[in-house]
Amino acid sequence: MQTLTNRAKVLEQKPLTFMERLYLPNIAKGMAITFSHMFKKRPTINYPEQTRPFSPVFRGLHILNRDEEGRERCTACGLCAVACPAEAITMEAAERKSNEEHLYREEKYAARYEINMLRCIFCGLCEEACPKDAIYLSETFAPANFTRQSFIYGKPDLLIPDPKSQPDEFRMAQGRLEAHKANVKAAKNDQ
Amino acid sequence: MSDEKKLFKVTIDNITVEVEPGTTVLQAARKIGGEVAPPAMCYYTKLKGSGGKCRTCLVEVSKGSTADPRPMPKLVASCRTTVMDGMEVKNITSERVIDARKGVVEFLLINHPLDCPVCDQAGECHLQDLGYGHGDEGTRYEFKRRTFEKHDLGPYIQLHMTRCILCYRCVYTADQVTNKRVHGVLSRGDHSEIATYIEKSLDNDFIGNVIDVCPVGALTDRTFRFKNRVWFTKPVEAHRDCDKCCGKVTLWERGDEILRVTARKDEWGEVNDWICNTCRFEKKKTSDWVIEGPTKVNRHSVISQGHYVGVHKPKETIREVMGGRDPKLLFDIHTVSEVNKPGIDLSLIQGPATSDVFDSNGKALNQPKP
Repeated sequence: MQTLTNRAKVLEQKPLTFMERLYLPNIAKGMAITFSHMFKKRPTINYPEQTRPFSPVFRGLHILNRDEEGRERCTACGLCAVACPAEAITMEAAERKSNEEHLYREEKYAARYEINMLRCIFCGLCEEACPKDAIYLSETFAPANFTRQSFIYGKPDLLIPDPKSQPDEFRMAQGRLEAHKANVKAAKNDQ
Repeated sequence: MSDEKKLFKVTIDNITVEVEPGTTVLQAARKIGGEVAPPAMCYYTKLKGSGGKCRTCLVEVSKGSTADPRPMPKLVASCRTTVMDGMEVKNITSERVIDARKGVVEFLLINHPLDCPVCDQAGECHLQDLGYGHGDEGTRYEFKRRTFEKHDLGPYIQLHMTRCILCYRCVYTADQVTNKRVHGVLSRGDHSEIATYIEKSLDNDFIGNVIDVCPVGALTDRTFRFKNRVWFTKPVEAHRDCDKCCGKVTLWERGDEILRVTARKDEWGEVNDWICNTCRFEKKKTSDWVIEGPTKVNRHSVISQGHYVGVHKPKETIREVMGGRDPKLLFDIHTVSEVNKPGIDLSLIQGPATSDVFDSNGKALNQPKP
């Protein structure tokens, strides 16, 4: 028969020798290999108690950023939604009222902002498109769930903690954000 | 007529075209079309006396005419310069023009705020196109941009004076299309602003047309304010019987909602026919209109994003395989999603939506307490 490649090997079917027919030496040889692994370094870790460090440019779940006064940065300009190749982002804009100036940075804001994590491919184009420094991809991935409904992420899921009510959490989120921005910048310069 | 009208031969960017005497260089270039036509921010074909203010349509005349072949020493505004026989004009083939236009764009953008993310004109803004096509990436201007006291122009028209480039188009529109003009340009120089002097709302039947003629986002439709971005709406040609105007419009729809009504525009962004305020602001139901079909949008325009034209959908075979049964829907997005709730009809809200609109749904807005 003509072979498809030149790498095919013809299998020789010789009768077993006496040593091979004994079986026991080969079993001992296999057991020795298994036993030797007891002394080798373990390649696995005990997730979730232990975690591995992420790559500096890892793209995980999105967050919506706030400024130092805790006002939302997003103005619902729709550039993330238009950049999104999976069409996962939807939003509805509203006008800021005069008593809401401490909540929103600009006169227009996203009253509703949703990311469908079932559609999202975590490409990071929304982060690149954002002119307002408002959306970033964090270093966490979407938790598994049994229902599809739980993958529609609204504003309460995406917004980072408010610096007024949760100053420590906000600082932590901001610190990680700054490190993330520096990493992305460094990665771009390397290219 | 005893003899035929003499036509002038004019060469623009090495393309020769024959036009009637009295035609402007800009119109001759538009007759050729495409890249050759210089951009215009203030000139408007349908408005008498417009043009000559923004200087974006500057061209180089390298040969005055057959009779006097000397070139014109300076760049000239093509919207105000009439053609001569044998004239030779350089637009995109001239280094000087490209450089001058870059400077003009920089000047126009000096006081223009960078609020495109907020502005409703974004996506169909002529200044955006101009800046993208002819401008520099950055600005050299380091000082504070001018600001103005807010003027209220009534329930239909929203004025953002900071975005204005003082093209005077809206002033000419009010003069020539409506029977009474109540707004104009007040003050001089850097303080010039579009206003009504005494706080007065614009309420003439045809005053809504100032929104269409505005090349930037200075005058925008208040009934469309912040409802959606232009590129997420789909333009549809429609008409209705109107006793005041021609009733031929473009509807900007989102789903079945009509978010905005504008006049139909030609390839130069100028309206074909003026429409009245009733058509523009008050007819926001699909039942008010006879729909003709989708508007043709340039493939390179951001408005054409997400319009998958000419796509052949593959045949759905699930029904055949399942013995006539439809596939089971895993979940209806509206059971979870807060966006585009069937209960909230944005097109029927007068003016921009606020937190009240979204709160009235029964659910509190997703806001942490301050």
